[in-house]
Amino acid sequence: MSTEFEAQGVAPGVNVHTHGTRGSYLIGLGYAVVLTLASFWASSTDVIYPPGVPILLGVLAIAQMGIHLVFFLHISSAPDQTNNILALAFGIFVVGLLVFGSMIIMAHLNHNMMPMDKLLQMQR
Amino acid sequence: MSAAEEALGSDDAVPLSLRGPASTRVVAGYGFWLFLLSDIIIFAALFAAYAVLSGESAGGPTAADLFDKRHVLIETACLLASSVTCGFGSLAVQSGDRTSTYFWMTITFILGATFLSLEVSEFSHMLSIGAGPSRSAFLSAFFTLVGTHGLHVTIGLCWLVVMLLQVATLGFRPMVSRRFFCFGLFWHALDIVWIGVFTIVYLGAHL
Repeated sequence: MSTEFEAQGVAPGVNVHTHGTRGSYLIGLGYAVVLTLASFWASSTDVIYPPGVPILLGVLAIAQMGIHLVFFLHISSAPDQTNNILALAFGIFVVGLLVFGSMIIMAHLNHNMMPMDKLLQMQR
Repeated sequence: MSAAEEALGSDDAVPLSLRGPASTRVVAGYGFWLFLLSDIIIFAALFAAYAVLSGESAGGPTAADLFDKRHVLIETACLLASSVTCGFGSLAVQSGDRTSTYFWMTITFILGATFLSLEVSEFSHMLSIGAGPSRSAFLSAFFTLVGTHGLHVTIGLCWLVVMLLQVATLGFRPMVSRRFFCFGLFWHALDIVWIGVFTIVYLGAHL
């Protein structure tokens, strides 16, 4: 079933072009292992300029998520995957709004808040 | 699917309005894909809460005191390996190979259960040293985020057992292979969430 062309696009996880072979899973595993070990190494090494480490970790994590999407969930830019890609794009958009929106708002509130000891002094 | 239908589906010259409805497999897969994305949005909310609260340890143990990187690396390895064996199992389901379906899916179950037992032992250790979810805002956020992921893995394992029983009793009829296919998507999505967990929670703790 899964290797045939479908009338209205294909389900996510079904790639009619690469057929999701064992080889593709192993390639994905190889990339994922390298990226995982790289992020564990990056978090404990002194070689990298420390303020850059969180950015590097973020890049490695996003790259590994991409690897999982392509090699395990078989998401691609093929025309029959348009629906899946659009849903994914909207999901990423909402996730971005939620995470970064919350962090920006809370950091801003935190920044504008009076220090707790001052607040206690005023109440006396 | 007949050869004529296949030719129709693969022919881009046929307008979308004339191609007929999508097959059940496509509709079910797409619906499950939407569910997974909404599930990931739940995790995004929990990640946002953790990111905001991760420093608020209220004088209790901080993230750097509690988390052991080697433990997390083993957990990550279990989940990643189980994702690949689940992929092999899905291929076996597609080709209707019962023996290798049982083989790969049993390995998937064992790796998932190993991950879960490592997580439970970590949680019980934290509870025993007084670092439970009621200790601080940081620990509440931690237990909610990682616990929700662990709950998903538990549900996934139960689902896997049900699917293996269905293969044993019903065989590889389209309904069963469709469900197996959705299980594969679920399991891979959990692995994607775990990438966020180990990066933000565990590796972020030691920066």
